Amino acid sequence: MATFRIKRYNPEKQAESYYEEFELDIKHGMTLLDCMNEIKWTLDGSFTYRMSCRSAICGSCAVKANGHSLLACQRQGAHLVKDDDTIVLEPLGNMKPIKDLAVDFKPFWDKIDKINPYLQPNEKAPKEERKQSPEQFRLIDDSSTCIMCGACYSDCNVLEVDDNFLGPAALAKAQRFVQDSRDGKTLERVRDLSKPGGIWDCTHCAECVERCPKPAQPFHRIKEIMTVALDQGVTNNNGARHALSFTKSVKSSGSLNENIIPVESVGIFNIKGLFDLLPVGLRMFFKGKNPPIFHKSIDDVEDVKRIYMELDE
Amino acid sequence: MIKHDVVIVGSGLAGMRAALEVCKDLDVAVLSKVYPTRSHSGAAQGGIAASLGNSEPDSWEEHFYDTVKGGDFLNDQDAVEEFVKAAPSVIYELEHLGCVFSRTPNGKIAQRSFGGHSKPRACFSADRTGHAILHALHEQLLKSAKSVKIYSEWYMHSLILDGDRCNGIVVSDIRTGAVEVMQARAVIFATGGYGRVFNITSNAFAGTADGVMSAYRAGIPIEDAEFVQYHPSGLYRQGILFSEAARGEGGYLLNGKGERFMEKYAPSRMELAPRDIVARAEQSEMDAGRGVDGKDIIHLDLRHLGKARIMERLPQIRQLGIDFIGVDCITDPLPIQPTAHYSMGGIPVDKFGQVISDAEGTPVKGFFAAGECACVSVHGANRLGTNSLLDAVVFGERAGKVALEYAKTVGHAPVNESHEKTKVLELFEEIFQQDGGECYNDIRNEMKTIMTENCGVFRDADRLKVCIETIQNLRQRYKKGKVTDKGKVFNTEVYEIIELGNMLGMAEVIATAALARNESRGGHHRTDFPKRDDQNFLKHSLVYLTDDGMEIKYKPVVITKHQPAERTY
Ligand SMILES: Cc1cc2nc3c(=O)[nH]c(=O)nc-3n(C[C@H](O)[C@H](O)[C@H](O)COP(=O)(O)OP(=O)(O)OC[C@H]3O[C@@H](n4cnc5c(N)ncnc54)[C@H](O)[C@@H]3O)c2cc1C
Ligand code: SF4
Ligand code: SF4
Ligand code: FES
Repeated sequence: MATFRIKRYNPEKQAESYYEEFELDIKHGMTLLDCMNEIKWTLDGSFTYRMSCRSAICGSCAVKANGHSLLACQRQGAHLVKDDDTIVLEPLGNMKPIKDLAVDFKPFWDKIDKINPYLQPNEKAPKEERKQSPEQFRLIDDSSTCIMCGACYSDCNVLEVDDNFLGPAALAKAQRFVQDSRDGKTLERVRDLSKPGGIWDCTHCAECVERCPKPAQPFHRIKEIMTVALDQGVTNNNGARHALSFTKSVKSSGSLNENIIPVESVGIFNIKGLFDLLPVGLRMFFKGKNPPIFHKSIDDVEDVKRIYMELDE
Repeated sequence: MIKHDVVIVGSGLAGMRAALEVCKDLDVAVLSKVYPTRSHSGAAQGGIAASLGNSEPDSWEEHFYDTVKGGDFLNDQDAVEEFVKAAPSVIYELEHLGCVFSRTPNGKIAQRSFGGHSKPRACFSADRTGHAILHALHEQLLKSAKSVKIYSEWYMHSLILDGDRCNGIVVSDIRTGAVEVMQARAVIFATGGYGRVFNITSNAFAGTADGVMSAYRAGIPIEDAEFVQYHPSGLYRQGILFSEAARGEGGYLLNGKGERFMEKYAPSRMELAPRDIVARAEQSEMDAGRGVDGKDIIHLDLRHLGKARIMERLPQIRQLGIDFIGVDCITDPLPIQPTAHYSMGGIPVDKFGQVISDAEGTPVKGFFAAGECACVSVHGANRLGTNSLLDAVVFGERAGKVALEYAKTVGHAPVNESHEKTKVLELFEEIFQQDGGECYNDIRNEMKTIMTENCGVFRDADRLKVCIETIQNLRQRYKKGKVTDKGKVFNTEVYEIIELGNMLGMAEVIATAALARNESRGGHHRTDFPKRDDQNFLKHSLVYLTDDGMEIKYKPVVITKHQPAERTY
């Protein structure tokens, strides 16, 4: 017997959410979604969540289990039981719950909308297919696996403090067009994506890579857009300046000069920009987060260094 | 009352493709009970057929013959001809819209082989072709946001018919529970298949026959309902799909004794025989008690391929096994069984997606249908893999075009809003008020079990009669259920109950049509009539709902180029 501790919320009944426990015998082979269905169909019909395909392709069933987002249909229930025989289920983060585990995806879709999520070719279409080499296909293969499940969006740290951030899924979707050999708006796209709320506001925490159930892996796609942006000379913005200054710092001293980097990245004479840094830092601090750009776990500093080396190449 | 020029129900490939046509000139609403990209078209892995000839010379004539032979000669050949001829341009168009396709070394759309097709003509995007097309179409809808309004997580309850003319639908917003009438000059149904009536199925939870049943309740017949395709490799108990690729790469099928039983059934093609033949072979082994551990399990054994090959060629399949049933195919065989996969039947339409109400082809004005919910019939008694995505796109486009043309010529007809609305409100009220001792979950499980056992891969008159009786009994019990959740906000329980009502109706139609067809053809196999009978049954069935219950009529098959021949592989 496992105990499912489920965060319940029904605005028609009461304004506050609460936790309710259900006992369930998890049989061999049952996915987490099977367990949820068993609870709904035999214990409490009002338990609410989304589901459809049961095969990790429609993106309906993402929830938080034991504090992290995942696809309920893709995980074996038994693997999620903690030492104390419980599984904690909660709605995805960074979106408002509608009822129990079903959240309002509007902000998620609104951000997808913002990146002009469709092909914008320059030339008229030929009679047959547009040519694209297998190598060119490979550049957009991973990002096109995104199933819009919102798992990354839920657990992204920046979105917790900054509503304006496009977020991992929209940026992964953007990469799919930025690097599509058939698209004619690469420069316009990376310019837009370099604005506040875009690629340079990602703190490289790589949480989205941990959570993504598909090869879409947003943070890797964000790095790819950064590379294209710098390649295209889109450097007149804080993020790109930051990256360049970062590279300089890493290269010259072999270590990061945390004091100089934020300053250089907003431009030394950009007084307003310098002031703007303050609230961001403070907001992060109050939320118990580390300053932007630097990841909370030091392990990743190596990774960050490598990224900038890659970007530099 | 909500008013649009054209309303499309369903946002899979068929619905979205239709919307892109209509929005060129008129205002269109796309309504879907799941967010558009969560439609079941996204689950299609293998590919979409077209005789592009990108890897081997190919022609529409060959595609035509393969499709008709695969369909056991029940296809309407005039429609098939237009269908396969349209395929290449439809694929190019998807490519132009931005759909991501795998490529050949010289940059063309890559194509691979698929069961029943004599040439490699499945265009694909790795192993997620449906997903790639679904998202490409969704992108275009977002681009056309000015003229397309998406009603996501809205449920269509019923069709508004006035005589021979369709004037709209009654819907409700799942999120608020509000019931609304949607008035439209034309309505297109693209509501997908109904595999959920079976216990073991590859279909998503959304595949519950809502569209087909609301047409049926409005007096429109259901065509060829008895033809359901069973796929040989569904995951044990779950039914989700292990693609044909596993056998294509050399996987073995083993019974409980560890024998490669296909030797007995198709010695030359072995595991690669057509789907219906393999599914029947598996079922025969299980019925004879030769399933693994005496259960309804066949082993799909990939171990001999070795870790390297599995990791390189079949990584997704391996992941599916690990995630969904906790089995790693590198070290253990995968437990599988036949799974209900595709509905060949549906709402009868002509080759332009115009819904018709009888064998003479009388149109229901302003009502169109496309995709898996419709029956053109291009698939006949058994559809070939990769032909159904093509069906959804080709006929989605056509239905969109004719609906647009039609809607431009007519105005909105008056609708009795309160009358239509009341009917649906009463349906909700009835469910909320019921206080019986029956459990909907039990009813659902019993329906699915009897359908898989008695109306599945093998059928016979006795079992079908028991099946029909059981379903009728379940329909009585359904009226005595009890709902837990009486709220309005996102009440998924009440929608599941409404869907169950639709599925019970559909199950009875399938079993009734199956009982009437005393022959074996394509996906329909009667052990008491094991041969195809062209003399008596080279015809489409039409099941009607009348005041005295069900009535079955028939409609001739259109044969142009290929006379029925024995189907051997
Ligand atoms: C696992 C799997 C793999 C497959 N692989 C292939 C393949 O490789 N090649 C191939 O050609 N075919 C394949 N098929 C078949 C093919 O995917 C389907 O036939 C096709 O996608 C159907 O498309 P559609 O647009 O008709 O319906 P769907 O994509 O099923 O969409 C139905 C739509 O209707 C909506 N809807 C239904 N009822 C209501 C209601 N009451 N109210 C509001 N909205 C409603 C749903 O929300 C959904 O948007 C596969 C099928 C499965 C199950
Ligand atoms: S890597 Fe960037 S996008 Fe991904 S979760 Fe962290 S901050 Fe968000
Ligand atoms: S990027 Fe990954 S986690 Fe994010 S929405 Fe797409 S599939 Fe889900
Ligand atoms: S139900 Fe579709 S992703 Fe889980």
